[in-house]
Amino acid sequence: MAEEHKPKLKMAVYWGAACGGCCVSVLDVHETLLTVIQHADLVFWPIALDTKYSDVDAMEDKSIDITLFNGAVRNSENEHMAHVLRAKSKLLIAYGSCAHMGGIPGLANFFSKEEILKRAFDETPSTENPDKVRPQLEYNVPEGTLTLPKFYEDVYTLNQIVDVDYFIPGCPPQTERLVEVFLAIVNGTELPPKGSVIGVAEHAQCEECKRIRSDNRSINRFYRPWEIEDDGVSCFIDQGVICLGPATISGCGVRCVKGNAPCRGCYGPMSDVVDMGAKILSTMATMINSEDENEIIKVIDKIDDPAGLFYRFSLPASKIRRKIQ
Amino acid sequence: MEEVNNNPAAPSAKAWKPKILAIFCNWCTYTASDLAGVSRLKYPATTRVLRVMCSGRIDPQFILTAFSEGADAILIGGCHPGDCHYATGNYKCLRRFHLLQKYMKQMNIEPERLRLEWISASEGKRLAEVVGEMSETIQNLGPNKVKQQVSHIEK
Repeated sequence: MAEEHKPKLKMAVYWGAACGGCCVSVLDVHETLLTVIQHADLVFWPIALDTKYSDVDAMEDKSIDITLFNGAVRNSENEHMAHVLRAKSKLLIAYGSCAHMGGIPGLANFFSKEEILKRAFDETPSTENPDKVRPQLEYNVPEGTLTLPKFYEDVYTLNQIVDVDYFIPGCPPQTERLVEVFLAIVNGTELPPKGSVIGVAEHAQCEECKRIRSDNRSINRFYRPWEIEDDGVSCFIDQGVICLGPATISGCGVRCVKGNAPCRGCYGPMSDVVDMGAKILSTMATMINSEDENEIIKVIDKIDDPAGLFYRFSLPASKIRRKIQ
Repeated sequence: MEEVNNNPAAPSAKAWKPKILAIFCNWCTYTASDLAGVSRLKYPATTRVLRVMCSGRIDPQFILTAFSEGADAILIGGCHPGDCHYATGNYKCLRRFHLLQKYMKQMNIEPERLRLEWISASEGKRLAEVVGEMSETIQNLGPNKVKQQVSHIEK
């Protein structure tokens, strides 16, 4: 085959503020990994390889063909590596919800740095810290100076820090989508315009969802998922459970709803949307079945945490990207 | 008027005047603002009016975009309940307004910065009163900090 004569691609996978699930989703290619390594050398992948930062620094600029950067940018180490990998890579791909929109770590934007440190080092029930010790950026020991990355006030998406070529969303992205994208690059398929979200279908989750929807939708009361017994057949929204499916782009195969859990929006918004949470806020509010102001307020009262729910994965990418201080 | 100046960009507290985005429905409130004009009613020059066909057309994205781009407050004007030209648009606006207020509370944005008023085509005087009241409230509240905090990448 002609491809065998082609030079192998160089690929890197890196994690910023992430849980590790995205790296595991790359491992989930299973035996397709053999196809991947037939076409690509993995030159840097902290979860699986022992390549050091100094090895990456020694690489020439633009010498890595594809970098999958997962995780948000939350500290100076994340930011530094984002800049380094941008310089070393031809294609920098924001991989997963955190790099794409901030993801779960992005929910920290509901708090200030001080509140987070106070909680972690003073208040948690398992903490005993009578001297109020806080992590220091530098600490001198006989062997030399120890350093820690600087913890930032905010969580950022990858493209708020560096220029990003493509986005592959999901928490984590579906491995099949990654394989499709990888093979497209290997086969030299013409790539979409820079800045595109790839590995998605241009329609909302509802388009693929098999649950039965009523025609004239209205909500008399919102329920948390645990407050009702799901009938397993009808649309979650018809049952009064908030589902982010109407505002979320397809690509995952409606996995959560197939598993009888409402969509939480990890795949991100449709392409023409500037603020994902505002769209689902609008959809949910509009369906309230009342024209009486007090009744409307009563129904809305049942949504305990609208900001956290509607921006579950997208707070740092939203218009008002943090709690105002 | 109280001196408030939280915005380092503003030259002085006295010079600062609130910028209020007014989103008015074509059939009622926009016509009322026209009436206020032809009646030569005086009210503060703090609003920038955006005309939409119906208050039900106001996407919450408009509101959040306005806040993030520097509006100090947003005034929504629509037809009185039961009077909507499209029958139910204003109710949709009302529902979104209350959910937005709850969201704004979580984001620590003062509720006074988003106001919804039903002002019919004949209520030019009411329009002038509402704009006057709101300008004073926002003048006392000071500039909106959203733009400064979302655009400034602080580390």
